[in-house]
Amino acid sequence: MLLTDGSESSIKSFLKTLSPVDQVGAEARAAMLATRSIKTSSKLWAIETAISMIDLTTLEGADTPGKVAALCTKAVRPDPTDNTVPHVGAVCVYNDMVKIAREHLDNNGGKEIPVAAVSTAFPSGRASLEVKKQDTEDAIANGATEIDMVIDRGAFLAGNLGKVFTEIVCIKEICGDRAHLKVILETGELVTYDNVRRASFLAMAAGADFIKTSTGKVSPAATPPVVLVMLEAVRDYFQMTGQRIGVKPAGGIRTTKDAIKQLVLVNETAGPDWLDPKLFRIGASALLNDLLMQRMKMKSGQYSGRNYVTLD
Amino acid sequence: MMKFEYAPAPESTAIVDIASDYDLFIDGKFVASKGGKKFETINPATEKVLSKVTQATTADVDRAVKAATEAYKKSWSKLSGAQRGKYLYRIARIMQERAREFAVLESMDNGKPIRETRDTDIPLAAAHFFYHAGWADKLDYAGLGNSPKPHGVVGQIIPWNFPLLMLAWKVAPALATGNTVVLKPAETTPLTALLFAEVCQQADLPKGVVNILTGDGSTGAAIVNHPGINKIAFTGSTEVGKLIAKSVATSKKALTLELGGKGANIIFEDAPIDETVEGIINGIYFNQGHVCCAGSRLLVQENIKDELLEKLKRRMSMIRVGDPLDKNTDLGAINSAAQLMKIRELADSGDAEGAERWSPQCNLPEKGFWFPPTFFTGVSQAHRIAREEIFGPVLSVITFRTPSEAIEKANNTPYGLSAGIWTDKGSRILWTAQQLKAGVIWANTFNKFDPASPFGGYKESGWGREGGRHGLSAYLKGDFS
Repeated sequence: MLLTDGSESSIKSFLKTLSPVDQVGAEARAAMLATRSIKTSSKLWAIETAISMIDLTTLEGADTPGKVAALCTKAVRPDPTDNTVPHVGAVCVYNDMVKIAREHLDNNGGKEIPVAAVSTAFPSGRASLEVKKQDTEDAIANGATEIDMVIDRGAFLAGNLGKVFTEIVCIKEICGDRAHLKVILETGELVTYDNVRRASFLAMAAGADFIKTSTGKVSPAATPPVVLVMLEAVRDYFQMTGQRIGVKPAGGIRTTKDAIKQLVLVNETAGPDWLDPKLFRIGASALLNDLLMQRMKMKSGQYSGRNYVTLD
Repeated sequence: MMKFEYAPAPESTAIVDIASDYDLFIDGKFVASKGGKKFETINPATEKVLSKVTQATTADVDRAVKAATEAYKKSWSKLSGAQRGKYLYRIARIMQERAREFAVLESMDNGKPIRETRDTDIPLAAAHFFYHAGWADKLDYAGLGNSPKPHGVVGQIIPWNFPLLMLAWKVAPALATGNTVVLKPAETTPLTALLFAEVCQQADLPKGVVNILTGDGSTGAAIVNHPGINKIAFTGSTEVGKLIAKSVATSKKALTLELGGKGANIIFEDAPIDETVEGIINGIYFNQGHVCCAGSRLLVQENIKDELLEKLKRRMSMIRVGDPLDKNTDLGAINSAAQLMKIRELADSGDAEGAERWSPQCNLPEKGFWFPPTFFTGVSQAHRIAREEIFGPVLSVITFRTPSEAIEKANNTPYGLSAGIWTDKGSRILWTAQQLKAGVIWANTFNKFDPASPFGGYKESGWGREGGRHGLSAYLKGDFS
């Protein structure tokens, strides 16, 4: 089903058909779901599922080939003492590290783990469309099979929705069937839940395979109510079109508790179909070690020291 | 089979210490009844007997009123407002300290989910004591006249739906304004009131200021008719409220009544739909629908009915029904076999009168009293399920076409306790609220309570207000209308 023909006016009139979001109500719902008590067997299931959903990420100016290689080793075997721990969902790096990451994964038993590249002048998105296209092309050429692009938040806030839409369409064209497209809304800059809902639908209508909360460079990032609103958006989009779009919260999810809360949100909002790394990812780095430590605790009955999990 | 099954997460009952039987709390002590028998109180989720409590007799009521009168004369009326406030603060703090104990006990005796007792009932009960503690020394400035005077001894009869919270709504303003109290908790939920009696002892509240008598309707009648009581405060059914009003009419007793309701939850086409669905759930399935101000009539604009009901069904299928002590339970047990029969009878009348029933698939436990979350569509104003209070998790869905039709239907009831308005337009909220004949109106939310906010009804939903500055006037002499 075609929701919009891509013209400014048709995008605007489509987004106007969306139901508004009540801030107080959305926050109250997210807070209520945060009280779910996940114990014993369901906790273990949630920890292992969360590990398999992590986009293990390093996005620093100081990233080096050695750092990225270490991250890739960890992605393949998060816990070197226990090979029943699943591998992570993907490795997420800057463009120039894509090739290094791909080679290291391929050479170390991680052929099935995709490399995601942050693209389109990440994190600000302040570059010309030509540069953004080139950026994406370059990442794919180096082996990225997932592209995490940013939207032009300035254009969105200025009401130039056509510009935001067109950019996503262009990047999606480049991705084609070579790469999955995750569209980063940077919800911390969109501020209102109404904006988050509208931007989610705009991105999905333009061809996003995933909608992602944040770059990780802006706070607040993946707060539970923001993720709730995005999960409602993908659920409703599925009702409209029959197409399931993924959701990726990123930024600020550091503990097992945080991650389990995210899975509860998924379970009770979009539904169990989304409890799959194909449709839900968590962008994180420190989270993985906390999940591993909690898993060890559940297996052995006692907490291990920090040195029993590996540094990235 | 769900992918993500939540393993059982039961709250431990080790924290509560339930005696095998209880006496009456009169004059600061637990004392044996004069001739009253004991009766059982059960856990409605398991039908297991929790304890035995006393059926207070007329002679017991008389003793309690004497104790309250003595306490009023000798101690309580001699204290300054600040000193009374000190006791209320102390009670509030002890309730907070013992919050988990209260929460578990309330859940066991009532059947409501621990999540609700933990997050709503007990914190709000403590909040009522804190709030009224603050008023105790400021009554001169409440706009209720110069040095307003208490009634003396007040008789209070409370329902089973929010046992401790209703106790707090009654006892806190009564004590803050300088009255002494004879209180009867509901027959099926006496245990938290008896635990509250222990809190009064722990707080060193002067003896006789609070007296707690367990029993059935006959104990309530003895309180209502006792000549030593100057004011009656009742929360419960409209039927019993009418009987009380008749009895009290021939006396000089002051009276406040908080009775039934058939609240309209009005959904306009521009409502924020996901939050509205949450509000509908919270309006009718909160506390198993055992809420006098429940949004039991859903008035939905016809052009969004299908979309809304589809979302509502989806959301209702996520409601977790079962063990009230499990921290993930959303809908607990119906409070009693009698109440379950009443809900079934009314729901069956919905089927018989031609409305269409819908409930999600849910596995109800074998033991105990259970009713699944339910709604009826095709309901007209003439159906019993649109007019009578069901007091259970049953919603009647009615459509409207224009705002004025919504108002007409919302007000077309003998009740007038609560209403909800869902729209993205601020001006429409204000317009609608002005037209509705209901004591409490929520906009884009439902079932939110605060001690500072007066609560009460129009028409057959009752007389007077509880909470806030307005609620104080019910416990002070004078005509403040």
